[in-house]
Order: sequence, then structure tokens, then C-alpha cells
Amino acid sequence: MVGIVSYGAYIPKFRIDRKIIYQAMGWFDGGTYQPGEKAVANFDEDSISMAVNSTYDCLTDIDSKDMDALFFATTTAPYKERLNSEIIATACDLRNDIRSADYSNSVKAGTTALLAAIDSVKAGSAKNVVVAAADCRVAKPGSSQEEFFGDSAASLVIGEDNIIANLVGSHSVSYDFPDCWKSSTDKYHRQWEDRFIRTEAYSKFILEAISGLVKKTGLDINSVSKVAFPCLYPGDFKKIGKMLGLGLEKLQDPMIANVGYTGASNSLMLLTAALEDAKPGDKIIVASFGSGSDALLFEVTEEIEKIKGNRRGIKKHLAAKKALTNYEKMLAFRDILPVEKGIRGETAGTFTSFSTVWRERNLVMALYGSKCQACGTPQIPAQRICVNPDCGAIDQMEPYKFAGRKATIFTYTGDNLAYTPSPPAIYCIADFEGGGRYWFDITDADLDAVEVGMEIEPTFRRKYKDDKLGMHIYFWKMQPIMQ
Amino acid sequence: MSKGIRDKVAIIGMGCTKFGEHWDKGAEDLLVESYVEAIADAGIEKKDIQAVWYGSCNDEYSFGKSAIALSQTLKLPFIPVTRVENMCATGSEAIRGAAYSIAAGVHDVCLAIGVEKLKDTGFGGLGEVAANSGLKGKLILPSYSGPGGFALLATKYFAKYGLSAEKGKEVLAMVSAKSHANGCLNPKAHLRKHITVEMVMKAPMIAWPLGLFDCCGVSDGSAAAIVCRADLAKNFRDDPVLIKAMQIAASSGEELMYQGSWDGSYVMTGAHCAKKTYEEAGIKNPREEIDMMEVHDCFSITELVTYEDLQISARGKAPDDVKDGFYNLDGKIPCQPDGGLKCFGHPIGASGLRMMYEMYKQLQGKADKRQLKDPKIGLTHNMGGVPYQNVVSINILGL
Repeated sequence: MVGIVSYGAYIPKFRIDRKIIYQAMGWFDGGTYQPGEKAVANFDEDSISMAVNSTYDCLTDIDSKDMDALFFATTTAPYKERLNSEIIATACDLRNDIRSADYSNSVKAGTTALLAAIDSVKAGSAKNVVVAAADCRVAKPGSSQEEFFGDSAASLVIGEDNIIANLVGSHSVSYDFPDCWKSSTDKYHRQWEDRFIRTEAYSKFILEAISGLVKKTGLDINSVSKVAFPCLYPGDFKKIGKMLGLGLEKLQDPMIANVGYTGASNSLMLLTAALEDAKPGDKIIVASFGSGSDALLFEVTEEIEKIKGNRRGIKKHLAAKKALTNYEKMLAFRDILPVEKGIRGETAGTFTSFSTVWRERNLVMALYGSKCQACGTPQIPAQRICVNPDCGAIDQMEPYKFAGRKATIFTYTGDNLAYTPSPPAIYCIADFEGGGRYWFDITDADLDAVEVGMEIEPTFRRKYKDDKLGMHIYFWKMQPIMQ
Repeated sequence: MSKGIRDKVAIIGMGCTKFGEHWDKGAEDLLVESYVEAIADAGIEKKDIQAVWYGSCNDEYSFGKSAIALSQTLKLPFIPVTRVENMCATGSEAIRGAAYSIAAGVHDVCLAIGVEKLKDTGFGGLGEVAANSGLKGKLILPSYSGPGGFALLATKYFAKYGLSAEKGKEVLAMVSAKSHANGCLNPKAHLRKHITVEMVMKAPMIAWPLGLFDCCGVSDGSAAAIVCRADLAKNFRDDPVLIKAMQIAASSGEELMYQGSWDGSYVMTGAHCAKKTYEEAGIKNPREEIDMMEVHDCFSITELVTYEDLQISARGKAPDDVKDGFYNLDGKIPCQPDGGLKCFGHPIGASGLRMMYEMYKQLQGKADKRQLKDPKIGLTHNMGGVPYQNVVSINILGL
């Protein structure tokens, strides 16, 4: 058998009420207004960083070294050349004798990667495959996509043991349907007329894929607990359900009102939400949309009870939100609004040595330090000579991973002088539980709420972006512990 | 057993430019000015200088990380020149090299000189520190600044001694106001303006809890010293100043990477260095034996904590001494008689030598309006880095 072994998710904490966007840009096109709020990646997040954090959630109680492949799905890969999936795999501390691949160029890529993972396990070339999907799409100010698009990530482990949901079957349809596109040099999403997309594609492809799946598997559609698919148009969303003979209660909440349409991560995010509420025996269909549609049917097993509550998943991320009340800040975070950084900001984050990044990859990407085998002191960065003044043992270190370990704030400040895209720069000296101390940026926090002794945890972020050399540089920051 | 450097080396000449925003002068101009003053003060000529230690930290002037910027600027005749850098303690490191060479008996007369042109960066404060912390450092260090690094010390000091933000800031404001009062008396100081405690407390926040007036001046400047064998000093002048102790301590990594004894409310290197300095100088009770000092007040909190690291104020009691005026110009141990980094300014490579310049002039009775009554022992404390990874240099000068 092959199926889902684990799920995890990441939704950035910032949510912006769409009214704020509409108040700023509704003057241009009064027809863009949409209700609810959407998730907005912080300035230090992108599809890679979100995928790393969702994969950590997914691997909460699973050894990353048991993974044999990592597939990454996105339409907003930071790099066009340099394997984005392997950046994620390195940050998630996977082995090196694995396969990693990027699935891209369509918002359907999430299920494409999922099917590829299933095929790998079925074929026996991998026992466990991580599928990470994330998107952080940028739409032009004043467009309805600006309100519609949200940022998120979702991760699954596909395998053959400890399956929480067995794959029953799948069906795919593929069309070169030019509903939306980006050329190799476009920053922004473009799309053709809505009516063309609704009538010729959205209301047809998902239906065709799910109908094909039902036929192929001999499924009684009434036995299905939830059907999860993206909602591009609310009216047609319901109509697709109706055509399938499904009541509204069977349709998985598409989370447009609280997260937004999250591109390549959308289907996996909805599947994760469905799994969070599922009980053994439930049948769940997930379908994607974009250049066709993939539909997959899963049947939930008893194993799901074992991981319930052990992950942040969708629900905890939805609850851990912070209001973004400033429209211009959202634009600045995505480099849509050029902010005067001053000479200090202009010269910050320039020139990175990739040979140093490579040599220090365990530290920089997976937050490894070392632990002295003589005295047991964890230390970061990894040391050759023990930092404990009463020890000082030479070359008796073993690798020690700090990612995933809680810490407390030893001391902190909020700095208005140091350059950061979102002042003040908050940073601290952090004491890790179990030993080890170092200083870190703090992200996703309000200075007023930070205090000495507060509990924090590492989160993977983009440290800076060097536009001149086209480099995206990542490291770990601290965030307030998510409850 | 070595006996250290006490009384082996004398300072026979010093020079110091006006510190400030020298938009019209390059590092070369400033170096020439401090050098010319120093050799004139010592009454020597270029040919008398046998070796040079040159300190500059932030930028490479003219020609890379080497001594050449200095040797070509001063047209030194093919003599040994060593460039040193040790963050904000660079100036102290320069004179340490020169003095040690003399104590070792290798040379008789040496020049130590430091310079910095901080105002060529295009922004306030020091350069982008994380970006200048090496190829590995920039990958992992937070986006921090100098004031931010020391704000981490203030947060911890306030927390340890139960000072509210307001009470803590008030004490720090008194430290800054005192230095401004002194700086006003000094024609070579960068910032010559009286400020009130209220002004300090209401100033824009730079890095919580440190505001604008908790931060020192960011300046251009140069300072220089001629050192020679103590037994030859009287050949040059009647009032040479003797080096009584010269110590420097660097962080072991314990503060930043180990959850050990350090509680974050003081500077470990400073405390270690002070102990060794007093041993070398033979000082038993610093609160009674030291007459004056120039300490590294890059930020008001640094000065406050340094009073305690130097064992002059008891732990947690520096605020009481500040309120009592103990460190004022008319107090028991005047601190920062020249205005300190706060007002004289802080060109990185020159500051350690600038501190000695004031002690030297005070000991010789040539400090004009700032002159203290008959000082015999002066201390300089020069720190580079941030409170949890740094170097601290402490030196004692006397007659």
C-alpha cells in the first residue's frame, strides 16, 4: 500500500483585512472587493522558507533521515537555477543519498508532486517521500488577485508504513489552457478574462478529473466525507459540488475568507485541513486546478489518531495570527513599493560567499552546532574546542541540532539604527533548553510583547536577498513560541 | 617571572586632532596633524623614531590592509611599521605594540598613531556591522548595530537591579549630561553642547532603552603618542608620563556561547582586565588610589557598568555614585574630563590614544579649563566589540 504518513502546514502570521487593500486601491477598480482576510508572508519569508517550516511541522515526530526524496511544488521558486527543493531538503536535514526535484510552472504543481511521490513509493524507488508545496504569489496593486492571493505552505510524507490515509486511486486531466501565465521575466501574475476561465476551465476540469476518478475507482460519491478543491469562483465552486451530487457540507472549506487562494500549495493545504478533522474510515478526495486537474482519493486509517494534535497543521496556524493593518507595508514586504532604505540599507546584505555557505551548510541551513562528548555542553556554532571554561576538551564534539529546540530570551533589544525592512530590528541572546547560547534576530514579534525570560523557538527565514547577485540567503531566526 | 610593563616605558610626546566631522580632511590629513603635534611635543625629529604601530579599523586608507597608508603619508624612511586593528580598542592596541617593543629592549623610541574617518560612510552610526563581520559572520549574525549590542547590556542591568525603564534611563542620562558638561570645556571635542537629563530622556529612541544622547559621537580624528625607554625619558622632557600598567583581555566565547556564570549585567573581559591591571600597577584600592579616568563610554550604559567592572563602584551601586556626583569633574574620581567618547567623539582607531592624551595632559597640568587638582594616577579603559564578545584594554598612567 501507499498513502499519506504525515501532514504539516505553515501559514504566515500576518493577515490583512481585504477592506484595507480595497480602501487603498478600490478607487482603481471598484469591482475588486472581496470579503475576509488573507495571509501575508512577512518580509523575511518566501516559498522556500514557508516550505521548510511546514516540513518541520510535518516531520515533528518523524526522523528526517528516514526520508528518501523531497519534492517541492511552487510557482514562486526563489531560484530559477539552483535546486530549490534541495535547499529545503538541506534545511530539513534530509540525507544526501536522496532525490529532490522542483515541480513548478502551474498552480497544479502541488498534486503533480504528490502523484510523483506516490509513484516513487509504488515503484519501490523510495520508502518515504516528502512533498512540500508553497507559494507566495505577487499580484499587481489594484487587481482582484491582490486581494485573492494568500501565502501558505503544506507538506506531506508519502510512504508505505504507518499510513494515516491510503491512496485509493487518482485521475488526471491535462490541458494547455492559457488562463494565467508569467513569462520568464514577469514579476506579476497575468490572466485572461474571468468568464473564459470560469466557463471553459474552472467549471469543467475539476469536474472531469473527479468524475474520472469516481468512474475509475467505482466510488459511491455519497460515501465520501470531504472533497477538497480550490475555490476560484464561489458560485462555480458550489456548482461543481452540486454537479458531483455533493451537498455544501461535503465541500472542504476552501479558506479563501481567512487565508486566500494559495496557488500551488492550495490543494495540499486543503487536504491537510481535511485530514485534521478526519476519522478512520473517512474517504477524502482532493483535486487541483491549473493546466488541467489532478484528483486523488484517500481513505483514512486508524493511524491518524496517533498524530492528531501533534502538529500545528492548519488550525494552530490559523489561530496564531497578527493583524497587518498597513497596506503599504504589504507592498514593501514584496518589493512592490520601493522604500528609502538609506545608504546603510542599500549596502546591507551585499556579497555572499557561496563557498562559505556550502562549507557552513549544517549551521546555516539546519542550525547544527556541536555537543562536547566530554562535558555534554551543546554549543553553536559548532566548536573544535569546548566553550565550557571548566572543560576545554579538544576535538571531542558530536553534531548537535538546535532546530526544533525551544529557548528563552536572555536579553534583547529593539533597534532603530540597524537596517531591517521592518523596523525595529528585534534581536536577542537566546538560551536553548538543554544548553547552548547564541544571538539571533527575532521575527513575527512586537517589541512591546518581548521580555527577558520569554520562550522562543527557531524559525527558518530568508536572512537577506542580494538583488545584484541574485542570491537568496537563508538562516534561522527566533519567534515567540506558537501556542 | 615577568614583572609586566610597570615603569619601563614613558610617554614623551602626544598629539591629537580636533575630533568631529572633517568633511574637508582625509585620514592622511588627520594623521599628519596628530603626528606633527606629537613629535613637536616630544621635541624629536622623524629620524629619532625607530618603529611605528599604526591603528585603523573601519576602512583601508589609500592602499589596503597594511602599514603603507601610514608610512607613505608620513614619508617614513623604510622603518618597521605595523598596522593593528582590534575594533574600538585599536588605538590602545597601537600603543601597546609600541610600548611592548620598548619594554622588550628592541627599540628606544617608537610612535603609536591611530586614525579613523567615520564620516565617509553616508549614514549615521558605524558601518553595517553584521555585513562587516566576515563571510561567515554575515550569514548568521543578527541585523544589529553598536547601540543595539549595548542595549542588550542595559536590558540585563535594569532587570538585575530592578530598575524601571524610567529610573534606569534617568541614571544613564546623568552619565551623558556629565560628559557633555565636560566636553563644553574642551576646544578639541566634537560635541560641545550642554544637555539636561530631561533632554537625554526625551531624545529619539535608537535601540531600546538607549536614546540618541546615550550614544557617543561618530567622528573623524587621529591621535598619536611617542613612547621611549623610561630611563631615557628625562633626556627629552622634564615631565614624562610613565606607563604603570597596560593590559588587554579578549572574550573566550563563554559569554555568548555558554550558559555559565555570566549574568549579562556586566562585561566579563572588563572585570578580568581590571584585576590584572591593578596587579601590574600595584593598586590595592582603586577607589582611593585612582585620581581620574577616561573610560569607554560608547554608550551611557557602558560607562555605568564600567564603574563597577573597574571595582570603583560596588556591583549595583554605580547609580548611587552617579547621583552623588562621584564621577563629575569636581567629584572624587572625575571620569571623562575631556568629554569622553560621548562628546570628544569616537574615531575608532584613535580613541584609545585620545584617552591617554587627556590623562597625559592632566598629569602634566596642561588641561586648561578642565585641569584637575594635582592628579597622580590616571586610568584609561578602551573597549571594542559588544558586551558579549569584545576586547577590553585598561591602562594606568602616572608621573
